[in-house]
Amino acid sequence: MTAAPPPPASGAPGPVAAPPKFAAAARVALADTALRSGLRGAAAAARERRSAFPEPADWEDLREAGRAIKDEALLNLDAHLEELERAVTEAGGTVHWAAGAAEARRIVTGLVRASGAAEVVKSTSAVTREIGLAGALARAGVAVRETGLGELLAQPGEDGQASYRDRAGGPSDDPAVLAEAARLRLRERFLGARVAVTGANFLVAETGTLVLLESEGNGRMCLTLPDTLISVAGIEKVVPTWADLEVLLQLLPHSSSGAPMTPYVSSWTGVTPGDGPREFHLVLLDNGRTKALADEVGRAALRCIGCSACLDVCPVYERTGPAPYGPVRAGPIGAILTPQLRGVERAAEASLPFASTLCGACADVCPVKIDIPEVLVHLRGRVVESRRHRPVPTPELVLMRGLAWTMSDPRRYEAALRRGTRWARLMSRGGRIRRLPGLLGKWTDARDLPAPPPATFRAWWSGRRR
Amino acid sequence: MSSRDEVLRRVRDALGGARGTHPAVPRGYARRLAGTDAADVPALFGERVAENRAAVRHVGADELATAVAAALWGREAKQIVVPADLPFGWLAELDGVRAMADRPVIDVDALAAADGVVTGCAVAIARTGTVVLDGGPTQGRRALTLLPAYHLCVVQAEQIVGTVPEALERLDPSRPLTWISGPSAAHGAGAAAPAGAEGVHGPRHLEVLVVED
Ligand code: SF4
Repeated sequence: MTAAPPPPASGAPGPVAAPPKFAAAARVALADTALRSGLRGAAAAARERRSAFPEPADWEDLREAGRAIKDEALLNLDAHLEELERAVTEAGGTVHWAAGAAEARRIVTGLVRASGAAEVVKSTSAVTREIGLAGALARAGVAVRETGLGELLAQPGEDGQASYRDRAGGPSDDPAVLAEAARLRLRERFLGARVAVTGANFLVAETGTLVLLESEGNGRMCLTLPDTLISVAGIEKVVPTWADLEVLLQLLPHSSSGAPMTPYVSSWTGVTPGDGPREFHLVLLDNGRTKALADEVGRAALRCIGCSACLDVCPVYERTGPAPYGPVRAGPIGAILTPQLRGVERAAEASLPFASTLCGACADVCPVKIDIPEVLVHLRGRVVESRRHRPVPTPELVLMRGLAWTMSDPRRYEAALRRGTRWARLMSRGGRIRRLPGLLGKWTDARDLPAPPPATFRAWWSGRRR
Repeated sequence: MSSRDEVLRRVRDALGGARGTHPAVPRGYARRLAGTDAADVPALFGERVAENRAAVRHVGADELATAVAAALWGREAKQIVVPADLPFGWLAELDGVRAMADRPVIDVDALAAADGVVTGCAVAIARTGTVVLDGGPTQGRRALTLLPAYHLCVVQAEQIVGTVPEALERLDPSRPLTWISGPSAAHGAGAAAPAGAEGVHGPRHLEVLVVED
């Protein structure tokens, strides 16, 4: 479940052209004024919805417990995964393991083919977007029916021409008319569906139980009506015990909407004769998660329970929207998770840890206490480090080395300050510097610089002493 | 090496020396209701159900059949479905409403065409205004409460617990559970969903009858 609009689906398994850096993609998003005001409205509305509900008196205790539960799960992940596999299998389910996205796509496509179904119904989930499942199924000749209302309204019509909104019931913007049309149309999809694909919010190792939270009920449809249910989940979704849900089922609803409970919470353990699917498959996905797990600081990102609270308070996300973050996850959590899952070799991922002002609002709201700014700073270090070993040093590195040389000697530093102050005052207009020269210009791409005062603090201090 | 072994090997390598540490889980959060909330649990439950945009009524055991009939009449329900083991007494006062029991199993088209469904529940949670169904007595299978447009749920006072931790203690994880806190909503759909477009999938209307003696 996520309260945020999803990033655009990435259908292609590997991008043909390298995705743009965050700043480049963000510039496109920022130029779109309609998008910007929509996003501001959405984030503000989400904040307002949340603040309409009081914070539980024991909120801080719940957060501490949530953090520890997820840490326990991660630090013993191998044992919990094996326990989960045993429990799901005993309850009549089948567990599949996917080391990467391509393997996960192959497994799901193979299962759908084996069922003989020509179409699947699918409920929105971050992980299926991450692996580009919809595109893979479409290429395999399987029609993918998205079932979330948001996706339905945003999706172009199946014939690729008119959007759903245009065809829903004539030229109507009346929500009630649209909703009724959507209800009827989605019903058709569900009643005939034989295979469904969903995600899951939690996988309980002890009992083999999957848990899914949602507002609309399309998840319930997917996991109740078809004959075959395929759930895809990252390995970090494991929680050790059934009792741990008493914490997580309080943290997630409150953090995602403010309400004490999400409208629908479903849990299922394998298959139940006479109720729901006859066949259940769980696909456990690594796809870079073990790389994040190997980083002692970065692994905190795997505690994420996907509540979206950090997105709704993020000043950067509020302006850029989800698209610049790429297909994995958007907002502050995307900025720390995506580079870890996909590596920082390419500019798109390497730029993500820099897509933040480090204001810390995200860490304050995170229900599992992920210190997002700390991880951001740590990852920035990793990006710089990875560039250090390149045969040709990047401009940032040259600059940093130069700075280190200057700042390691007080005389060199003071001389540089004096020179810098004179230059800077020459460049400023109205007390602001809008553009630094040369390579330094990158830094002023997104911000103005106040012109320095005529005398530096050091100069003033030594003058005052005299 | 199978992918299973490969993933597990990667996990072990990634954790290195940290593997096998068990951080203490501080469980200082509230397990029970306290203060004024604890004084009248059914009342708190009723309030929270109402905050979840569901209708709620408190009735005595002897008024239940009348309340069920009145609720269905108010919704103009003509054709309803019920679990096969629903107590006959709950429906004793129906007038002009056809109730179809889920035995033999009702097909999905008929479920989708029904005006409503009447069930009991396994557990209810006061703090969150939630009813939990586990497929046990008076509840039927999951599709029954999913497809009809209206769900009337009967909650006995002794089924209501205060908190989420108490509910989990009572529930059996091996059963398929559905926690319902209000009718189907669309706000999860984000900016793309028009305001007011609600109840696209699950029941659009939820009504709860709390039976107290
Ligand atoms: S990082 Fe924390 S706040 Fe952000 S989505 Fe994940 S759990 Fe929620």
